[in-house]
Amino acid sequence: MPIAEQQTSSEAAQTSSDTSWHGIVLQTLKRNEISLVPYVPDRVLTPLIKNLHADPFFTTFATAREEEAVGIVSGAWMGGRRGAVLMQTSGFATLANVLASLAVPYQIPLIMFVSERGTLGEFNYGQSLVCRTMRPVLDSLALEHHTITRLDELEFIADRSIKQAVTTQAPVALILNPLLTGGKVFNK
Amino acid sequence: MNTDARNTKVMNRFDVTSRLIAKLEHEEAVIGGIGNTNFDLWAAGHRPQNFYMLGSMGLAFPIALGVALAQPERRVFALEGDGSLLMQLGALSTIAALKPKNLTMIVMDNGIYQITGAQPTPAAKVADIVAIATGSGLANSAWAADEEDFERLVEEAMSATEPSLIAVRIDDKPGVGATRRDPVQIRERFMHGLGVREPL
Repeated sequence: MPIAEQQTSSEAAQTSSDTSWHGIVLQTLKRNEISLVPYVPDRVLTPLIKNLHADPFFTTFATAREEEAVGIVSGAWMGGRRGAVLMQTSGFATLANVLASLAVPYQIPLIMFVSERGTLGEFNYGQSLVCRTMRPVLDSLALEHHTITRLDELEFIADRSIKQAVTTQAPVALILNPLLTGGKVFNK
Repeated sequence: MNTDARNTKVMNRFDVTSRLIAKLEHEEAVIGGIGNTNFDLWAAGHRPQNFYMLGSMGLAFPIALGVALAQPERRVFALEGDGSLLMQLGALSTIAALKPKNLTMIVMDNGIYQITGAQPTPAAKVADIVAIATGSGLANSAWAADEEDFERLVEEAMSATEPSLIAVRIDDKPGVGATRRDPVQIRERFMHGLGVREPL
């Protein structure tokens, strides 16, 4: 069964044993005691954001900019509380300065989930261009990043990456590819 | 709420920062924004509960918000320049929406980018920091009329039930000290100071 269909059918069955991509992300965050989740929203992230709001374990809220969210989870981590930031590709493109001047030099395990736009059916030229800046920026700072395309690999990659970020005190970007999420497609 | 900037005394950043530090008796966290703001925090006397920013201009309030959300029983102060705040005005609304009662924001307003050559900020002649904060949803925002008023506002903030913002008009003097630029030590010491970690 194609990934997109798997996702659709499991979305319909919202339960605690949710095996949709967003259900797995939520459970993986919880298992790793990540309770603070600021975000700048994205259409693809909507079911995840909705379920985070519905779960009292999480403190989740929108910020005006992605770097603001990075500042918040950085402060929280220094205060002993774990967080993760949700954003879209275009939001990641605003982060080079805060990555290079806060997260990396201060050795903060910044955990980023990036909904990937700009590829596999993008309809907005600007989105496809900004997407191409993401991996070069991550690579220029030698940051760990993974592009997640398969539902059966999501939990392993997310869980291991979060643990590695915390134990090595280094940021990680988990890029949620349209092959995993279905992405956003053109419909007028 | 005092929203009248014109009747406020022009104070000095180091003096005001020293007055704040002298009032801290409960291991309150203090986040110092980029540049002169954290240089004067450093010069006022290093304490393990101080965090000094060496970049990421505009993020003093968001970092302080994160600390405040992680440790709701600890009072958290953030010191930010007017130029820095202008980079991240949206953070004021985020804080207003979350209402952390243990967070106090202090804005050092000299209307210039002192450290880069004293160029005026775009807001210098036209905008009012306290009006911006109030309009962003931070009702408990005020200009400090003078040093005594600043100390009174800090005392009020210590027992406030909502986030507080204190704006201070300051002169064009540079910072008194210079923070030791060792980000890993700064972060590690801060975490010790907050009781999150023990030294090796």
